[in-house]
Amino acid sequence: MELVTIILSGILIASATYLILSKSVLRIIIGVSILSHGVHLMILTMGQLKRGNVPVLDDTVSSYSDPLPQALILTAIVISFALTAYSLVLLLRNYKELGTDNTEDMKGVPHDD
Amino acid sequence: MKSTLKRAGYSKVQRQMNDVFIQFTSKVIFLIILLFSVNLFLAGHYTPGGGFVGGLLAASAIILLLMAYDYETVKKMIPVNFHLMISLGLALAIVVPTLLFFFGVPFFTHQHTYVTMPVFGEVALHTAVIFDVGVFLTVAGTSLLIVTLVGGTEK
Amino acid sequence: MTLIHLAIFLPVIAAVAIAIIYRYVKDVHLGWFVLPIPTVIVAYLFSLIPSIANNQVFHHTLNLMPRIGLNFDVYIDGLGLLFAILISGIGALVVLYSISYLSKEEELGNFYVYLLIFMTAMLGVVLSDNILMLYFFWELTSISSFLLIAFWFTKEKSIYGAQKSMLITFFGGFMMLGGFIILYIITDTFSIREIIANVDLIMASPLTPIAVVLVLLGAFTKSAQFPFYIWLPDAMEAPTPVSAYLHSATMVKAGLYLVARFTPVFAFSELWVWLILVVGLVTLLWASFNAVKQDDLKGILAFSTVSQLGMIMSLLGVGALAVATGADEQIFTVAVVAAVFHIINHATFKGALFMVAGILDHETGTRSMRKLGGLMTLMPITFTMTLITALSMAGIPPFNGFLSKELFLEAMFEISNANFSALADWSVLFPILAIAGSIFTFIYSIKLIHGIFFGERTHETPKEPHEAPKLLLASPIILSALVVIFGLFPNILSGTIIDPAAMSILGTETALNTEISHWHGWNNPALWATVAIVVIGTALYIFRNSWMFIYEYHKEQFTLNHLYDQGLIYSQLGSAKAEENVMTGFLRDYMVYIFGFFVIFGIVTTFYTGLPITFGDFADVGIQDMALVLIILVSLAIIMMTRSRMVSIIMLGAIGFSVALFFAFFRAPDLALTQLAIETVTTTLFLVCFYHLPKKSKHEESIKFKFTNFIVSVGVGAIVILFGLAAYSNRLFDSISQYHIDHVYDLAAGGNMVNVILVDFRGYDTLFETLVFGIAGIGIYALMKAKVSRKDDENEEHA
Repeated sequence: MELVTIILSGILIASATYLILSKSVLRIIIGVSILSHGVHLMILTMGQLKRGNVPVLDDTVSSYSDPLPQALILTAIVISFALTAYSLVLLLRNYKELGTDNTEDMKGVPHDD
Repeated sequence: MKSTLKRAGYSKVQRQMNDVFIQFTSKVIFLIILLFSVNLFLAGHYTPGGGFVGGLLAASAIILLLMAYDYETVKKMIPVNFHLMISLGLALAIVVPTLLFFFGVPFFTHQHTYVTMPVFGEVALHTAVIFDVGVFLTVAGTSLLIVTLVGGTEK
Repeated sequence: MTLIHLAIFLPVIAAVAIAIIYRYVKDVHLGWFVLPIPTVIVAYLFSLIPSIANNQVFHHTLNLMPRIGLNFDVYIDGLGLLFAILISGIGALVVLYSISYLSKEEELGNFYVYLLIFMTAMLGVVLSDNILMLYFFWELTSISSFLLIAFWFTKEKSIYGAQKSMLITFFGGFMMLGGFIILYIITDTFSIREIIANVDLIMASPLTPIAVVLVLLGAFTKSAQFPFYIWLPDAMEAPTPVSAYLHSATMVKAGLYLVARFTPVFAFSELWVWLILVVGLVTLLWASFNAVKQDDLKGILAFSTVSQLGMIMSLLGVGALAVATGADEQIFTVAVVAAVFHIINHATFKGALFMVAGILDHETGTRSMRKLGGLMTLMPITFTMTLITALSMAGIPPFNGFLSKELFLEAMFEISNANFSALADWSVLFPILAIAGSIFTFIYSIKLIHGIFFGERTHETPKEPHEAPKLLLASPIILSALVVIFGLFPNILSGTIIDPAAMSILGTETALNTEISHWHGWNNPALWATVAIVVIGTALYIFRNSWMFIYEYHKEQFTLNHLYDQGLIYSQLGSAKAEENVMTGFLRDYMVYIFGFFVIFGIVTTFYTGLPITFGDFADVGIQDMALVLIILVSLAIIMMTRSRMVSIIMLGAIGFSVALFFAFFRAPDLALTQLAIETVTTTLFLVCFYHLPKKSKHEESIKFKFTNFIVSVGVGAIVILFGLAAYSNRLFDSISQYHIDHVYDLAAGGNMVNVILVDFRGYDTLFETLVFGIAGIGIYALMKAKVSRKDDENEEHA
């Protein structure tokens, strides 16, 4: 299972990179979201999948799955949501001011004449 | 929904579509979701749950209302200032660990005791709950702030 | 911190006090406050002369960074003492001169602070034993020279001159550092004493020729040798006290000091001797040839300085032969003595001449030779001083310049007896070059005297010429007196200063006992050479109009100045173009660089270390897992291909919910709950933004663009998979979560391990995560409410 998840995560990250390299800012944001999904899966895999029970204290259970990666991923999920929200609003504001979504039109610096 | 579609430029909204269903059901479901979020929050220490999920579900409840009604009505229904929520949550999250100093332990070491209450039996009191309340408020407040702000309705 | 260290740092420490004094005291000329400093230093140094003359040396260390060998070692021997006395003595005279030269309207505070910094730096160069400190002080002199040249920074020529000097001397200094580092690599020490002791290591090393070239580059750029001399004439934009101090008497001699100091180290090298000898003589001839045609008074003096420096440089080249063949042979030690003696003499007469140039500028308002003339009766004292110093420069007895010029010519004739490399075969060339250079030196010296003071008055001078005030005349009078004294009684210096200096250069302990005299005998070729110089020079000067036309024959493109200017322009254009191509201003290109390098490093790592991957320890795969994988892959494919933004957003939501299901399958209920809730809110957010978002979500992209993206993405994905597998296969440590599992009840009174970890064990992370969340909220609020001006955007549209 870990093999599958790692490969899946790799594919997710590859697509995310492709989207991040695109010209449209919306696609960049979607790419960042997909990147975070891939990374979360990767971190979870490092903690060995499907061994042990749910990490809730129970007297009848002897082995638990690794709670630490789960805690890390929880933090990561929340923070990546904040990031996505912020970048969406940035895109919004950008679009309202510049009228374009195309990063090619946003090249360079304004002239300080 | 209708107002959102109107603003998006769909001038010819179908006459059949009306908001009665969603407005009625949302008022009921909103309460259920809110109760569930509080339950999830309080049960967090022993079963899956916790501050984050609770806060997000609380936010989702109000977002559901926002879908059904517009911002003004929701504001009248639930007169909560989101900025205040966020500030309160952050304050709690910081103040609690600092106050723990007074117990003579390093910063951020939680304390817990067991108290016997008449109806509930033995109950555990834990400072982590107060910290979690801070997290809950912050998460809920920020999500709502973002959604209402972007919706263009908050002034 | 001994007295010596204090003496070196005194000027720069005093500079702070001077700057403060300048703020409050404006009616007394600041120079009076500065004057005591070099005077004190020179008095202290005079007190050291007796012991140095007795073959004692002083060596003190001040530890700065002992681990890397960077210590402030001070080593005073004859050579160092000579230069230090020159620096502080001439410094005192220059400060005295500047009191009446610079009016109180100028930025005196800046001027004296820069001057004092220079003084410290120069003292540091000549007294330092540690080559890294030497480099540090060397560059400090370049910086202070730059500041002083650009003192009148409103004039464009000043800025140009300062920039030129900076570029050339910094280039040389940097090369010199490279040479020093090579020396360190060979001998493993930064101390000059120890490097000299390890000469056999240097002789055997293959890196030595590189070190020779690099160190000489430093010396040649600082001492304005050919072809690096072009900065010195442009440096004449500086105020005259600066020209007298830095660009004739002290800073430009730093290169000579370097060559002298490293003679014991490199003298065995043929490359060293040939380079110094040839470059020195070529500089002597070329610069004196060019000096004759200059119209600006300071221009003549600048070229003259370059030429005289070339002369001293070539003498040091011959002097190196003395080290190579043994100092007992007096024939070559005379060259070293001549070099040291001429360093002193040149400082006296050139310093005085520069001050005279300043006096003429001050009193007549012009520096142009065409406008000056017939001033002998109007400025008698100035005339006398010019007569004395210019004749000394030309090499006429009984002045000190004659003595050192005689020694110089003798040394040049002695090369034919040299048993070193192929020198003897070419030895007929050197005296010819030397004599030719001396002829032109004679010509321009005569031109100085005759052109300014004899002949008709031109009446084109801006001001009515009159004699200078006494204070202004004081310093040049002292220097001219020294010219006469050293000329008549040279042996005051020979035992006390010249011999110890020469002995340090040769690296010998045996006393030299030099006696300098005016008359060396009838069959001395130098004597006849001098006679020839005087005769031919006078003739050429009298008939000057007939041959000076050759000065017109130079094409603009082939001058060194032109080369320098073009070089600067083209390097700026070239780098601008290169920058334009790399830094396109397009964020995506920078991302390609980042990801591309990530991929390259990943591949390099894989090949170098070989990632050990074992395919053993995997869990089972169920049907539900594969179904989810399929859903995710299909959604991904749709997102990549679709043009509609609605579809992209919905597919993104699909991926998010599938990941939540994965969390549920992998026994992580907390994660699943959180992911579900977050995904819901995110999708809501996207949809709420829908109204404002642009209509199209994909723009036209060229094939090359898409292909690059594709390659980079595939690379990144592959590297990630490889590293993930490698990380999974090699668990180096046990997981720390066991501690958390064991103590979840007794320490934290909880049952849900994940939540307890978040809130209790690792509460700090949660605290800051909440803060981040709050900050994101505030940021979004600020973003939505911010008012961005539309003015900049209008410019952008038209750009």
